[in-house]
Amino acid sequence: MTTEPTVHDAIEMELVQKHASRPEVPETPTPVIQVEDVSVFYDDYQAVRDVTLDIGHNEITALIGPSGCGKSTILRSLNRMNDLIRGARVTGAIRYWGQDMYEPGVDPIEVRRRIGMVFQKPNPFPKSIYDNIAYGPRVTGMKVDDMDAHVERALTRAALWDEVKDKLKQSAYGLSGGQQQRLCIARTIAVEPDVILMDEPCASLDPIATLRIEELMAELRDLYTIVIVTHNMQQAARVADRTAFFTAAIDPQTGERHGELVEFDKTTTIFERPADPRTEGYISGRFG
Amino acid sequence: MSSTSTTAAGRAAVPGRLAAPAPGTRILRSGNRPGEAVVRVLLRLAAFLSVAITVGIVLSLLGPALDFFSEVSVVEFLTGTRWTPRFADASYGVLPLVTATAWTTLIAIAVAVPFGLGSAIYLSEYAPDRVRRILKPVLELLAGVPTVVFGYFALTWFAPTVLQRFLSLEVGPFSILSAGAVMGVMIIPTVASLSEDAMSAVPNALRQGSAALGANRMQTSLRVVFPAAFSGIVAAIVLGISRAVGETMIVTIAGGQLVQMVSSPLQQGATMTTFIANAALGDSRVGSLEYNTLFAVGLLLFFLTLIVNLVAIQLVRRFRQEY
Repeated sequence: MTTEPTVHDAIEMELVQKHASRPEVPETPTPVIQVEDVSVFYDDYQAVRDVTLDIGHNEITALIGPSGCGKSTILRSLNRMNDLIRGARVTGAIRYWGQDMYEPGVDPIEVRRRIGMVFQKPNPFPKSIYDNIAYGPRVTGMKVDDMDAHVERALTRAALWDEVKDKLKQSAYGLSGGQQQRLCIARTIAVEPDVILMDEPCASLDPIATLRIEELMAELRDLYTIVIVTHNMQQAARVADRTAFFTAAIDPQTGERHGELVEFDKTTTIFERPADPRTEGYISGRFG
Repeated sequence: MSSTSTTAAGRAAVPGRLAAPAPGTRILRSGNRPGEAVVRVLLRLAAFLSVAITVGIVLSLLGPALDFFSEVSVVEFLTGTRWTPRFADASYGVLPLVTATAWTTLIAIAVAVPFGLGSAIYLSEYAPDRVRRILKPVLELLAGVPTVVFGYFALTWFAPTVLQRFLSLEVGPFSILSAGAVMGVMIIPTVASLSEDAMSAVPNALRQGSAALGANRMQTSLRVVFPAAFSGIVAAIVLGISRAVGETMIVTIAGGQLVQMVSSPLQQGATMTTFIANAALGDSRVGSLEYNTLFAVGLLLFFLTLIVNLVAIQLVRRFRQEY
């Protein structure tokens, strides 16, 4: 007797196949997002300066570096979340599939629909698990024929379905921290974005929950482009295809600290043969 | 220092460190702190005083009210539609007063909720910091205007100018509509300020999460912030209702004195509080039935607000969110 294959089985199969056939990380990324000479200011203060890097399609890019190096600031400028901070200003160009997302007339809401974000602390809405997932498709006016199936698909992709399928109508606050974070990932997936930005998604989770999120990222890499900010270098080494190392430097003239990009390369290169001595110092634990 | 000794004697040699006490000495002083006990008693007294006063008020209402109900049946009081305690053929049906109170409260809430919540959403979700810092205290100032001023405002400006001239309504100088609407204006700051507090308390992480999914500000406000703050907003509205039910000056001045079953807001009518205010100024003999009516109506008013508050507590509990 065979049972009907579920959505979960189908996606799992798809991920397994894609993972097996995954090619080596190419020398140069196929850019989804191109960051060109980007500086971010808060009022007059230049928080991070002159960053240039390409976010590769269906790759995981990690942004690492010590506190105050501007990695989160850069991440938040990739889907215009900085717009919500008064006084924040971005110079240079950030192109999404070639189009400058900061050019006049671009709707930041449209940018965020395509480039989703998962935050440091899980932030589910005070709603049911089901409504948390359905929220994005509803507010963005997505055409969804069968919302139940859509919710199931998103939760399955976020590896949460089996744990919550019997309590979809219960509050999301009944879930553990790790489950809440996967719910937030599922919620992001539900609006079918192209890119998912993750701002230290495991910072508030225990090691087991952290590992589950990392597994999940590895699975999702084949469907989405992921950019992750992390404090955890092992995490970057485990999950990321490419890694950008940022640091904070003090301007000798003004005495102000500015974040800057030191080195951006394939993760294996960054961790095994870094070109810059500062990178080597950081990853070998000498500072930061 | 080259010594690695960890004996008491070795440590005592380090300058500034306590010498080890001789075995058996009691170093920790015993003793209690009388000041602490006094403070605790005073604070407890303060807490119980408000409860005691409330109980006292109910008891003082209860005595004369019971006298009243020994002569007039509760059923007649609650269902009768004629309120004529001063007439020769006295009748004690409280419904005319209750309908007037219900109408003025309903109108006040109909005015205060949309304007109050609107300004709360604006202040919490849209207004720049600078605007909020100026606007909120100004709004709260409105709550400090004496109600007698609102009463005259209703009588001398709102009724003749707005209702009669602009809206061309068939109303006299006294009307339930005029009193209720101005009472609504009086309640706006209560609803707005408390709702704004509740909405501001919703963590920014929820707003950012919503924005990151492609929601605009209105969607975030109405679908995430508003429901998350719902219990606080209910509390704000209920406090508004309580104030409207108990408000005396505005309805006494602008609502009219005519005791009648109110079926249209264009009528005038005396509310429960109007009756109490007037009767209390009157010359009824202490202990007379007419005097006791005051307490019966007062007790009813007390129970009505009690019920409103109990419902509110249930609602607030039911919708409370931990973020």
